[in-house]
Amino acid sequence: MNYETKTAEKLMAAENIGETKMQARDVRVSYGDTEALHGVNLDVRHNEVLALIGPSGCGKSTFLRCLNRMNDTIDICRISGEITLDGQNIYDRSIDPVQLRARVGMVFQKPNPFPKSIFDNVAYGPRIHGFTRDKEELRQIVETSLRRAGLWKEVHDRLDEPGTGLSGGQQQRLCIARAIAVNPEVILMDEPCSALDPIATALIEELIDEIKQSYTIVIVTHNMQQAARVSRRTAFFHLGNLVEVGETEQIFTNPGDQRTQDYITGRFG
Amino acid sequence: MTSEQGDHIIRSYDEELEHLKELIARMGGLAETQLADAVDSLVRNDQELATRTIRNDEKIDEIEHELDAYTVRMLALRQPVASDLRMVISALKVASDLERIGDYAANVAKRAVALHQQQPLDPVRSLPRMAKLVQTNIKRVLDAYAKRDANMALNVWESDQEIDEMYTSLFRETLTYMMEDPRSITSGTHLLFIAKNIERIGDHATNIAEIVYFMATGNQIMIDRPKGDTSSFAVVEPPNEDKTAGSGSNNGDEQK
Repeated sequence: MNYETKTAEKLMAAENIGETKMQARDVRVSYGDTEALHGVNLDVRHNEVLALIGPSGCGKSTFLRCLNRMNDTIDICRISGEITLDGQNIYDRSIDPVQLRARVGMVFQKPNPFPKSIFDNVAYGPRIHGFTRDKEELRQIVETSLRRAGLWKEVHDRLDEPGTGLSGGQQQRLCIARAIAVNPEVILMDEPCSALDPIATALIEELIDEIKQSYTIVIVTHNMQQAARVSRRTAFFHLGNLVEVGETEQIFTNPGDQRTQDYITGRFG
Repeated sequence: MTSEQGDHIIRSYDEELEHLKELIARMGGLAETQLADAVDSLVRNDQELATRTIRNDEKIDEIEHELDAYTVRMLALRQPVASDLRMVISALKVASDLERIGDYAANVAKRAVALHQQQPLDPVRSLPRMAKLVQTNIKRVLDAYAKRDANMALNVWESDQEIDEMYTSLFRETLTYMMEDPRSITSGTHLLFIAKNIERIGDHATNIAEIVYFMATGNQIMIDRPKGDTSSFAVVEPPNEDKTAGSGSNNGDEQK
C-alpha cells in the first residue's frame, strides 16, 4: 500500500472519532513467575489522546508495550488475553510484528535517534517498508514528517548532520517525526518528556495537540499536569490493575475511586 | 456523608489546607458575631454596640484579603487537583459569601442607628427570631464546611425556606403599618431593609451550603430549592400571561 492511499484512507477514517481503535480484553502479562498485569480491559478510541498514569511499577508501561508487541522482545514475558486493532487480534499468527509496529508506532522516554543523519533517521521507516517510488517522494515524506513534528524550520538546512547532534528536545521531536514518517494509525508514547526541559516539553505537548487530529495517541506519563493538559481521557493503573478510566476532566476534578484520588492529590494510599 | 481525607505525602501541603480552613472558620465566626451584634444593637437600642459593629466589618474584609492571597498562592505553588482543588476553590467562594454577610450585618447596624431616632414599630419584635434562624444556619453551614459534611449542608440549604416565609410575613405586616400611618414610613422602610438584609444573609448561607456540598461530593445539588420569599408579589400580582398587557384592571394598577 503506498503512502497516498494510506493517507486518504486515514482521512476518511478520521470521521469516525470516538469509535474503538484498539481494544484490550483481560490482558495479563507475567515476567517469569511474577504477574505484572492482572487482566486489563481498556478501549482506545479512534483519534483520542489517552493518558496512562500511575505509580512506578503499576503496569502502565507494560500495558503500553503490549499494544505494539514490544514485549515480544523480552524472553520471559508471557501475555494472555486479547488485544485488537480495528477488530483484528494483533497477537494472531498472521500478524507480522514489524508491519504492526508500522501501524502502531512508538516514542520512547529517552530520545533514541539512530546514529545517522537527520534525513536518514526520518527516511529509515519509509525505506524499509517500501513506501516510496523515488528519491523525490522520499524527500517529501521526510519534509512533511519534520514539518508535522515542528522541527523543519530548525533543521531544514542541515539534514545531513547527525541526528544525535541535536538538543534533547529536538531529538525527541526527530523521533516523533520518525514515527510519523511511516504514517502510523496509533502512536504510543512512553514518558516522552521526562528527559526534557519545560520549553521542550511544551513544544512536544503542542505537537501532540497538532497531530491528534490524524493519529490515535496513547501516552504514559508521570507528570500528572501533563496528562491533564494533553489527554481527553485518563486511565489510572495501580499494582497491575486498571483502577479507573474516564474523561480527563472528571479524573482530575472528581475521581470515582479513592485510590485515584489519593494518587493524584499526593496522598498515601 | 462526610468524606475522610488521608494525609498528603508532603506535610506542609496539609498544613496549608488546614490554615485555609482556619481562616474560613475565623471569618465565619466573625460574620456570625457581627449579625448577632447588629440585631442586638437594634433590639436593645444600643448605639454604642451598633457603631462598634459597623467598625468591625473591616476585620472580616481583612481576613478575606488574606484568604484571597493565600488561595492564589496555593493554586500557583501546589497546583491542587481533585478534592484539594475543590477545597481551595471553595474557600475562595465561601470567603466572598462571608464577606457579603459581613456587609449586610454592618448595614443592619447602620439602620439600627437610624431606626433609633424614629418611633418604634411593632414588627421589629419578629426580627430577633428571624435573625436567630439565620444565625443557626450560618453556624451549621460552617460546621458542615469544617466537617465536609454534604448532608448537613443539604439540610441548611433546605431550611432557608422558613426564613423566606418569615420575611414575607414581616414585609406584609410592615406594609400594613405604613399604609395605616404614613408617619411610620421612615422607620418602616428601614425595618424592611433590615429584614431584607437578614434574609439575604440567609441566602448567602445557602450559597455556602451549595459550595460545601460541591466540595464534599464533587457534584452540584441538582434539585430546585424550595423558596418561601413571595414578597415580590405581596402587593402586585405576578404578571399573568393570559391577561393582555396594560388591561388596567389588575391589583397593581389599583395600588398605584
